[in-house]
Amino acid sequence: MDTLLEPFRYEFFRNALVVATMAGALCGLVGVYVVLRGMSYVGHGLSHAIFGAAIAFYAVGISFLLGGAIGGLVSAVLILLIARRRSIGADAAIGVITSAAFAVGIVILTGIGTFTRDLNAALFGNVLGVTPADVAAVAVVTLATGLTVFLRYRQLLFTTFDPEVAEVSGVSTAANDVVLAVMLTALITVCMNVLGVTLIAAMLVIPPVIGRLLTDSFHRMLWISVVVGTFSGFVGVYISYYLDWPSGPAVVITAALQFAIAYGISAVRRSRLPEAAIDAHVG
Amino acid sequence: MNELVTFDKVTCRYGKEPVLVNVDLGVSEGDFVGIVGPSGSGKTTLLRAIAGVVRPIAGHIHRDRGATVGYVPQVETVNWYFPVTVREAVMMSRIDGRVVPWASERDRHDADDVLDRLGIGDLGDRHIRELSGGQQQRVFVARAMLRRPKLLLMDEPTSGVDVRTRHDVMHLIHELHHDGLAIVLTTHDLNGIAAHLPKLVCLNREVIAVGRPQEVITPDVLERTYGAPLEVLSHGGMPVVVEHYPEIEEVERKVVPLREGHHGHPA
Repeated sequence: MDTLLEPFRYEFFRNALVVATMAGALCGLVGVYVVLRGMSYVGHGLSHAIFGAAIAFYAVGISFLLGGAIGGLVSAVLILLIARRRSIGADAAIGVITSAAFAVGIVILTGIGTFTRDLNAALFGNVLGVTPADVAAVAVVTLATGLTVFLRYRQLLFTTFDPEVAEVSGVSTAANDVVLAVMLTALITVCMNVLGVTLIAAMLVIPPVIGRLLTDSFHRMLWISVVVGTFSGFVGVYISYYLDWPSGPAVVITAALQFAIAYGISAVRRSRLPEAAIDAHVG
Repeated sequence: MNELVTFDKVTCRYGKEPVLVNVDLGVSEGDFVGIVGPSGSGKTTLLRAIAGVVRPIAGHIHRDRGATVGYVPQVETVNWYFPVTVREAVMMSRIDGRVVPWASERDRHDADDVLDRLGIGDLGDRHIRELSGGQQQRVFVARAMLRRPKLLLMDEPTSGVDVRTRHDVMHLIHELHHDGLAIVLTTHDLNGIAAHLPKLVCLNREVIAVGRPQEVITPDVLERTYGAPLEVLSHGGMPVVVEHYPEIEEVERKVVPLREGHHGHPA
C-alpha cells in the first residue's frame, strides 16, 4: 500500500496529478464539439500555431501563456475568415496559417538561442515540472469552459448538429463559433506544458471517439468523453511515475488503450445488431 | 387572412451573384404554397429569406411579429451519424429562456405531445438513423413544431424518398395544414407534389408565375422557368407534365428491334 501511495508524498506529483486530471477532463469536454464538427485537424493545427506564437511573444518579453493565447485567437479568427470566403477550403486555411505561425516560432527560437523554457515540455508535456501558476491557469480554464458548456449546452449542440436550422431558430451560430474558438485556444494554451502541443490533438480526439463508439446519445457521449479524459489524465500521470515515462505520452497511451477496449465492445455489439441498425453506429 | 410574410421587390445575393431578383410574394395564415424551379433557381434561398436568415440587398421583407417560423431541412443534408436520439433532436429547438442543459418537465411533456401527435411517440430513445424515411422526416417536423410555429418551411420534404414514403410525408403535411398551419415547401416533383398543392410559385431567380397548378403548370410558364420545352397533359382536371428525351428515344427505337431479332424476345 505504501508503494502505491508513495508518489503522493511529493507536492510536485500531487500538482501534476491535479493538473493532468483537469486537462484530461477539459480535452474530453471540448473535444466532443471538435470531433463532431469534423475539426480534429484544427486542434492539431492550432496547437502548432499557439506554440509558434508563444515563442515569438516570449522572445520580445511577453508571457509565454499570453503570447500563445493571442497567437491562437488570431490564428482561429484568420482560419474562420479565410474559410468563410470559400476561395480555399477550411482544411487548407488551417494548414497555411498554423504551419506559418509554427515556422515563425521555430525561426525566432533558433535566432534567440536562449530559450529558458523547457522546449521538450512544450512539445511533449511534462506535468512533473508544472508551476502553481500552471495549475491555477488550467483550473480557471476548466471551470470557465465547464460553465460555458453548461450555460450554452443546447445552443452549442444545435449549432454543431444543424447550423442552418439553428440560425433559423434564433441561435447565433457565429457567436457559438467564436465561443468554441476561444475555448479551444484557451485549452491548448494552458495545457501546452501539461500534455505538450503534439499530444493535445490526440487527447482532443480519443476520448470523444470512445464516447461515440459506446453511445448514440449526445449527452451520454459528452459524459463518457469527460470521464475517459479525466481517467486518462489521472492514470497516465500515475503510471508515468513508476514507469519513468514522459507524462504526455503516458496519458495518451492510457486513452489509446481505452479506445482499443471500446472498439472491441463496439465491434461485439455491431455483430449482435440486426443488419438494418448497423449503419446507425460508427465503427 | 393575416399576412405572415410579405416580400416587396426583394433582391438577395451570395457574393456577387444575385440569387433572387425583384421578388414580390405574400404568405398568409393558412396558405399552402409550393415553390418550384430548376436547381440553382433560388428556392432554398427564398425559404431562408422567408425565415429571416438571408437579408435582402434591395427591397423589403415584412414579417408579422407573431409569426414564429419552423424550418424542416432536406433530410439529405442531415448528418445521420451524429449521436442524437429522436428526443434529443426534437428538444434542440427549445432554446428560449432556459439556461440549464436538462429539459424541464414542461419541455419533456411538450416534446412527448408532439412526438405522439406525429405518430413516433414510442421512438424517442432511438438513434435518428434507426428510423424509416417517413419517420426521419417526422423527427424534423416535430423539432420545428416544438417551436409552435405559425409558418412551417420545408426544403424538399420528399426528395430522395420512395413513393410510399412520399405519400406518408404528404399526408402528414396536409394534416398539419388542416390544423391551421401555413406551409411553404420547395419541390422538384411537379406531378407527384406540386400539381396537388393549392398554390405554386414558379421561380428562376425571379418569380415567373404565381397561381393554382392549373394556371401555372403550362408549357409557356414551364419553358420560362426551366428553360426547356415541356409538354403538359390534363388528367382528370390535373395538369401532368410529360418529359421527352428525343435523342434517347430515337436511339432506343433503333436498338430495340435489333435485340428482339437476336434474342427472340424484347430486351
